[in-house]
Amino acid sequence: MVAEMSTGVEFPQPESFSFDEESMKAIDTIVKRYPPGKQASAVIPLLYVVQRQMKRQTGSAWVPNKGMDAVAERLGMAPIRVYEVATFYFMFNMKPIGKFHLQVCGTTPCWLRGSDEVARACRDTAKVGGYGQTSEDGMFTMSEVECLGGCVNAPILQVDDDYYEDMDYESTVKLIEALRRGERPAPGSVIGRQTSAPEGGPLTLLDVPGE
Amino acid sequence: MAKVTVDGIEVEVPNGVSVLQACEAAGKEIPRFCYHERLSVAGNCRMCLVEVEKAPKPIASCAYPVADGMKVFTDSPMVRNGRRGVMEFLLINHPLDCPICDQGGECDLQDQAMAFGGDASRYREEKRAVKDKYLGPLVKTIMNRCIQCTRCVRFATEVAGVPELGATNRGENMEIGTYVEKALTTELSGNLIDICPVGALTSRPYAYVTRPWELRKTDSVDVLDATGTNIRVDARAGEVLRILPRTNDDVNEEWMADRGRFAFDGLKRRRLDRPWVRKNGKLHPASWAEAFTAIAAGIKGRKIGAVAGELVDAEAAVALRDLMAALGSNHLECRTDGAAIDASRRDFYTFNTGIAGIEEADALLIIGSNPRLDSPVINARIRKRVATGGIPVGFIGPRGLNLTYAQDWLGEGGAVLNALIGGQHRFNEVLRAAKRPMLILGRGALARPDGASVLAAAWQVAAQNGMLQPDWHGFNLLHHFGGQVAPLDLGFTTGIPADIGAVWLLGAEPVGVPDGAFVIFQGHHGEAGAARADVILPGAAYTEKDATWVNTEGRVQRGRLAVYPPGEAREDWKILRAASEVLGVRLPYDSLAGVRARLAEANPVLAGPGFEPHGCTDTAGPAGDAGGVSEAAFLPPVANYWQADPISRASATMAECARTYLPQAAE
Ligand code: SF4
Ligand code: FES
Ligand code: FES
Repeated sequence: MVAEMSTGVEFPQPESFSFDEESMKAIDTIVKRYPPGKQASAVIPLLYVVQRQMKRQTGSAWVPNKGMDAVAERLGMAPIRVYEVATFYFMFNMKPIGKFHLQVCGTTPCWLRGSDEVARACRDTAKVGGYGQTSEDGMFTMSEVECLGGCVNAPILQVDDDYYEDMDYESTVKLIEALRRGERPAPGSVIGRQTSAPEGGPLTLLDVPGE
Repeated sequence: MAKVTVDGIEVEVPNGVSVLQACEAAGKEIPRFCYHERLSVAGNCRMCLVEVEKAPKPIASCAYPVADGMKVFTDSPMVRNGRRGVMEFLLINHPLDCPICDQGGECDLQDQAMAFGGDASRYREEKRAVKDKYLGPLVKTIMNRCIQCTRCVRFATEVAGVPELGATNRGENMEIGTYVEKALTTELSGNLIDICPVGALTSRPYAYVTRPWELRKTDSVDVLDATGTNIRVDARAGEVLRILPRTNDDVNEEWMADRGRFAFDGLKRRRLDRPWVRKNGKLHPASWAEAFTAIAAGIKGRKIGAVAGELVDAEAAVALRDLMAALGSNHLECRTDGAAIDASRRDFYTFNTGIAGIEEADALLIIGSNPRLDSPVINARIRKRVATGGIPVGFIGPRGLNLTYAQDWLGEGGAVLNALIGGQHRFNEVLRAAKRPMLILGRGALARPDGASVLAAAWQVAAQNGMLQPDWHGFNLLHHFGGQVAPLDLGFTTGIPADIGAVWLLGAEPVGVPDGAFVIFQGHHGEAGAARADVILPGAAYTEKDATWVNTEGRVQRGRLAVYPPGEAREDWKILRAASEVLGVRLPYDSLAGVRARLAEANPVLAGPGFEPHGCTDTAGPAGDAGGVSEAAFLPPVANYWQADPISRASATMAECARTYLPQAAE
């Protein structure tokens, strides 16, 4: 596999970035969590703030260079230290993405349970060429991600911040069509599983004493 | 202290040092890439593996502290195997381009692969490719070769104080660079080339020039700033091809400033390589004999004086002084920038604390100097002190300069200095609370009408704030060039009277030379001095002579001839000696040893290399009225770091730097 390099320079970058009011409020709360002098620890949450603000303002959740500079300035860090963190984590999109971010978990448990089918459904329905690409209508970007920590309900498809669990080809197609229609199906297991209990309901601890 | 046994050799090392250092103490060489003794420990290359008794796995010795009774093995089968494995991994993505790599022959990776690696590669897959990065006109990058040791990242952040390099992306995709393309804003960038253990960062001007084994290496001293950086001049076939720093912990540690390192191409351009004599208003090529005869005729019956420039060696200066004395003149000057230096006592014009002494200081006041441009290496020392000791730094000069460390900006002009003398300034408190306070006075701050007062006032601040103690001398003058102190030691301060009839310019600008005066210019680069001259004598540049240099500390060091001067140019003291003969006042020495004996006689401190740390027992200050400091702001003394002297002004590399870093100043 040839890895996608996001060097952050091949597409237009906004000329400027400044935190809006909502972001400012969020930042104040976040920064307060860290002891004085350790504000740099807030870099990851602040990068999320940037990404969400971009989503609000442009419909695409990504982190532009100027946004990283704004984080650096707010936290008193050298900009390169923010670039290092932002490019290290896959959760930060270093270039513009579609309206919905389809994140297919490709790690072993999900893969064994059919994540290839989920990915195929994404390609077919969302009309995305492959991982790291965006559909022509700008609606969907597809990424392969590592274990999302939801393996019990594998395979997982994460859309933006929501997990959709127990996916297969059909349910993925349905989900994407719903998204396209502007609906937002409730996240969680699509086969009605109760949290991470066995399919069809709990099998143990059925006789809760005192009930 | 901890007792450690390394391969059966018992050594005692301080607690907390690394196993790698203990191995070195035992005389065992440990291969390494990421570890560098002047940088923080990264522990990411794993080349330094050793075996420690009872440890289940080999350990990275650079990042592992010693423990008492530890038994270390540096050459066991486990270690050899481990190193071979690490080497194989490092080479997986490293291109096989040694034949076209400028690091070839002096590459840590090459050497260590030979010494510790296997003999063949088992890797058959594709290698990763990384885009080269632009870091400025001096450092060339071939990022395929990078082994991601992060030395460069740590150097830029820790030593140079410009956190602009980093490692972005991760794993297989990790890349070293600035992410957003830009030239590194440091005057120490050449050190990245030295510090990179492979050929990823190499010298742009030196690209494809030669191989290290073809070079003749000569130890010398840099004079393009006043640090006195110890250098090695690498030359081939009479041409300087590069200049590298040598380690001297008292002076430059192992760093070097970019001007000193890269300006040497100016040694080949715009050189004076033959004598010239002015006839009927025009300069004509001449022989040495004709030039000397013209001088004899030109100075006859005239009052003569001599001016020494900023790149003048002590031998030439003493010969010039002797020649003047023999001609009955005592009109000598070297302060061509107009700096009101009082040379009546040596500690009035030297960096008395010593460069290494900075590390003992616990408070610093900088007056009218931008040490980052005056001497990038000294600035790095200050930065080191601030970074490790967090000492307060007060700064008087332009606001908002990035010195690479936190400074307390006190004001931009004389008013602050006056307040400090009154003892009423808030920074007085800081200084008084310190045990080893020091101040750095920029030479540029003395080159203004009230310069003498600035000097006296700075001294007074030093005296009043505990900087002058019997075992501590906290008063420091920071000069700009390596040839500025020796003439002061030799009394080139008597001045040139306005009615002078003839002036001998030794590499000096013709400042204060009256119209109609007969001018002799002796030097290696003809600028204003040569244009004004009636006779031009081609001299030798600092790489072309055995000479004594005195740095801003007053440290006496010797440079050696690396290449011969071009054409008919000669070593300067020899020119003066030859001229004296024609002028009928033969100087009494005709060997280097002879001049040096004379030098020792003229001023005993110049007898031989050395620098004695000293305190201050006599706090009486320089002449000059400490109360006469005007309110005027201290201007940044060095406007164009890249083109500050005749050599760097002739350098194409430096011109390129000026275009990159000072686009507004470029012609
Ligand atoms: S460029 Fe050189 S110094 Fe920097 S990380 Fe790569 S190998 Fe190390
Ligand atoms: S493997 Fe997909 S969530 Fe763990
Ligand atoms: S030198 Fe020890 S890990 Fe690199």
